[in-house]
Amino acid sequence: MHDIALEAIGSALERREFSSVEITSHLLDRIERANGTLNAFVSVNREGALRAAAAADAARAKGASGPLLGVPIAHKDLFCTAGLRTTCGSRMLGEFVPPYDATVVERLGAAGCVTLGKTNMDEFAMGSSNETSYFGPVRNPWDTGRVPGGSSGGSAAAVAARLAPGATATDTGGSIRQPASLCGLTGLKATYGRISRHGMIAFASSLDQAGPMARSAADCALMLQVMAGFDTRDSTSLEAPVPDYLSLLDRPLAGLRVGVPREYFDPGLHPGTEQAVRAGLAELEAQGARLVDISLPHSPLSVPAYYVIAPAECSANLSRYDGVRYGYRCQDPVDLRDLYERSRSEGFGEEVKRRIIVGTYALSAGYYDAYYRKAQQIRRLIAEDFREAFTQVDVIAGPAAPATAFRFGEKSADPITMYLEDIYTIAANLAGLPAMSMPGGLVEGLPVGIQLIGNHLQEGLLLNVAHRFQQATDWHRHAPAFTA
Amino acid sequence: MTISENDLARVAELARIRLDPATVTEVTRRIGNILGMIDRMQAVDTSAVTPMAHPLDTVQRLRPDEVTEPNRRDDFLAIAPVSEAGLYLVPRVID
Amino acid sequence: MVSDWETVIGLEVHVQLATRSKIFSGASTRFGAEPNTQACAVDLAMPGTLPVLNREAVHMAVKFGVAIGADIARVSVFDRKNYFYPDLPKGYQISQLDYPIVGRGEVEVALPDGSSKRIGITRAHLEEDAGKSLHEDFHGLTGIDLNRAGTPLLEIVSEPEIRSAQEAVAYLKQIHSIIRYLGISDGNMAEGSMRCDINLSLRRPGDEKFGTRCEIKNVNSFRFVDKAIETERERQADILEHGGSVKQETRLYDAERNETRSMRSKEVAHDYRYFPEPDLLPVHVSEELIESIRAGLPELPAQKVQRFRTQFGLGAYDAAQLAASRELAEYFEAAATGAGDAKTTANWVLSELLARINRDGLEISACPVAAASLGTLIARIQDGTISGKIAKTVFEAMWAGEGEPDAIIATKGLRQMADSGAIEQLVDDALAANAGQVEQYRATPADKRQRMFGFFVGQVMKASQGKANPQQVNDLLRNRLDGE
Repeated sequence: MHDIALEAIGSALERREFSSVEITSHLLDRIERANGTLNAFVSVNREGALRAAAAADAARAKGASGPLLGVPIAHKDLFCTAGLRTTCGSRMLGEFVPPYDATVVERLGAAGCVTLGKTNMDEFAMGSSNETSYFGPVRNPWDTGRVPGGSSGGSAAAVAARLAPGATATDTGGSIRQPASLCGLTGLKATYGRISRHGMIAFASSLDQAGPMARSAADCALMLQVMAGFDTRDSTSLEAPVPDYLSLLDRPLAGLRVGVPREYFDPGLHPGTEQAVRAGLAELEAQGARLVDISLPHSPLSVPAYYVIAPAECSANLSRYDGVRYGYRCQDPVDLRDLYERSRSEGFGEEVKRRIIVGTYALSAGYYDAYYRKAQQIRRLIAEDFREAFTQVDVIAGPAAPATAFRFGEKSADPITMYLEDIYTIAANLAGLPAMSMPGGLVEGLPVGIQLIGNHLQEGLLLNVAHRFQQATDWHRHAPAFTA
Repeated sequence: MTISENDLARVAELARIRLDPATVTEVTRRIGNILGMIDRMQAVDTSAVTPMAHPLDTVQRLRPDEVTEPNRRDDFLAIAPVSEAGLYLVPRVID
Repeated sequence: MVSDWETVIGLEVHVQLATRSKIFSGASTRFGAEPNTQACAVDLAMPGTLPVLNREAVHMAVKFGVAIGADIARVSVFDRKNYFYPDLPKGYQISQLDYPIVGRGEVEVALPDGSSKRIGITRAHLEEDAGKSLHEDFHGLTGIDLNRAGTPLLEIVSEPEIRSAQEAVAYLKQIHSIIRYLGISDGNMAEGSMRCDINLSLRRPGDEKFGTRCEIKNVNSFRFVDKAIETERERQADILEHGGSVKQETRLYDAERNETRSMRSKEVAHDYRYFPEPDLLPVHVSEELIESIRAGLPELPAQKVQRFRTQFGLGAYDAAQLAASRELAEYFEAAATGAGDAKTTANWVLSELLARINRDGLEISACPVAAASLGTLIARIQDGTISGKIAKTVFEAMWAGEGEPDAIIATKGLRQMADSGAIEQLVDDALAANAGQVEQYRATPADKRQRMFGFFVGQVMKASQGKANPQQVNDLLRNRLDGE
């Protein structure tokens, strides 16, 4: 039953092949067995999930229907869930129970989704391996000695291990696409502003964007359909209408212009990964798409620009964690300064503190122009590169990550090595573009992701390309050998 | 660019992060490395480029002036670390 | 000598805008609520919450800008101003640094000596207010009330063109008057709706360069502004006279001791690390909006003063006093219309009416005497029904709620004696009853008779119970006493 994908669960519920309570409790049991090994969930919502499942079954009995009614999913633990602990992978919010739902949670809930639990993540979404979580690392179900990627590593591991058919995730510099790549999933980061950020705990406000993670493009389309849309509570939310993504999936790819950026096939790209990505591009070509050699000349600067902008924004976004209104507060502060410094130093982990310091430095008097202003100028150059490219091509394709999943500790000793994990994904965040990763092969038994980047609001086209690819290939059907 | 331990101390103070004296040297080195990586930006002439603060070229939407939020003090104070008489409590603030 | 120094003052006035809800959230701004009952998730900086800008706050800022003839920014930008303080939940204040909504403008202020001065306004920008720290003792802790957090503020920054406490107070009164006329703030200084930071430095007259300035924070009454400037000027002069140098710092005015003192909490050097607020987009103000706001502006104090002078022939100071408050000016105009004599009405309003208003601590809107009634009363003086002196008796009765002037005059029999025969009889009776004084009067040289003449007038008026026309009494007495 757990091997059924998201869309199929909806259909099975519709046909009364099983009830929501049955599939929900089946998955809850599975989570219980697997979580000791994978550590994909920070909180399991057993009672709440079974209650919601029963309500969904009751609604269906009364004639309600919908593709997600009664379908269990998981939420990344930075989406606020009313009454359900939301930790953001941090000791700072270790006991935080929000009195409100994130818009994403609210919308999926209204569509009938059942929340199985909250998935583990790098602390405050800062990391590419899930090793920075206060609640311990998540293991990759393809090889439990390896990382699942990050920061949405818990969501990725949960879906890959068939603990949930789909999960929400967020992507500030690659946090959906890189773990999707490392865990053999389909994951999409929407256009900046497409999905409301309300109730989604901020890392870097001008880069953060949510998206679905599931096993196929069709499953992602189902979730995105509900997640996307205008929200008055987010000033950066777009008022553009949401297309019917499912109806766009099957369009043929003949004549599609696919840009292949030279810069994405640099010496940092693992040869096996390159081979898999090139094979995937050949498949698109076989379906009638035309590959176009393009250049995104400023893309090598995306990592340095990102590591100014994201820390600068996070340094302010994380100032609210001061031990006063909610969250971790140190024991017996002697004065106000002590309250702040000890609460924050004890509540935040090393990587978070490092980024807060870098960001504070980049904004401080005398350095603003050289760092922050400069990075925002580079950001424009990067966005201009894409604008130029999209005059010649419809989508851009390349690798999502430089290599397959790496071993624990392999990159955590040196922050810069870790930062390069996101070298191909960061630019889409800087430019606010929709981008996704889809499974494109296996190298030594580990999945490889192919990244697709679209122009603003072209999620429908990305899902269309991925869906056609998945009609012709079966990489997305490969499951890890992991047994729960 | 590298960062001195003094600069690091000043920045940490601004950010209200207390550094463990035992690790200051190591933290300084790591942050210096990150700043070194970031400095690759300086190779590009951006003097004619307008900084881009937002990924989208859109305009702030304005909200009608309506009171929409009810009083939820009890819900919020229930998750406060220390509160009394409807107030959040902190160590004595001195003007 | 203190007078050897020129005082240079710039004022930053914080005006709370009279919106119903907060600048970035839908919580109420009502004053005086129970602590933290008007602090919603956004105001408390709960994780994942986002600011959405209040339209009315923008319109009010534009209104102010148009009223002072300032440039209105077609595009203005919000920034984050970063610092830690318990009354600042996000750890940053959303404000405007480089692109304020209101640019350069000016106001003309009337000084008590009848002269006027133009004072430049550098800019005015929108920002959010902070909460309040309550220093009553909670076991040695401070209590934080965040009801005020997020209340919209317009910060109005003057050029350093103010040269004395008197000018500073006149400028503040002018700002106060403008914001009240526009209805964008109640300007209630006691409740903190209008607060003032004073930047003050001294220099030798003729010097181009400014001296080192101190900032005196949060002075909250006209009187305290006056006293704080005087005491700070003396303090700085004293330092400079003794060869010392003024230290640039933030100070606090202590009204009880009438002195300024250094603020301990501000000792740490500030580095606010301003950067553009990524959760808000640039604010656009259209030409049409500016024009529609301009068209809807009420007559402003300066225009009203001008009109009162030309239309009613009032003096500059009287006109300015009447125009200081929109309500008072409207009252005056309504009363003058009924009275048919604006100058007499102005005297009545500025003396009798304001004396009682101030005595009883009333707002003009709560005045027990309607403007039309006061107009009727003054008309009765003009048409000779009552004397000016009797009018004061009638006014007292009106104030006490005894009714309209005509009714009071009738019931109390206060109508002036119109029958000249009866007055002649009273005069003759008085002279007969005081024959000794008459003789004495006639023996006195003409130039020294005035006081004694008053005695006879008094006798006659007393006999008439104040109802004789004083002019008639005067004429008759002159005729009888001096005419022979």
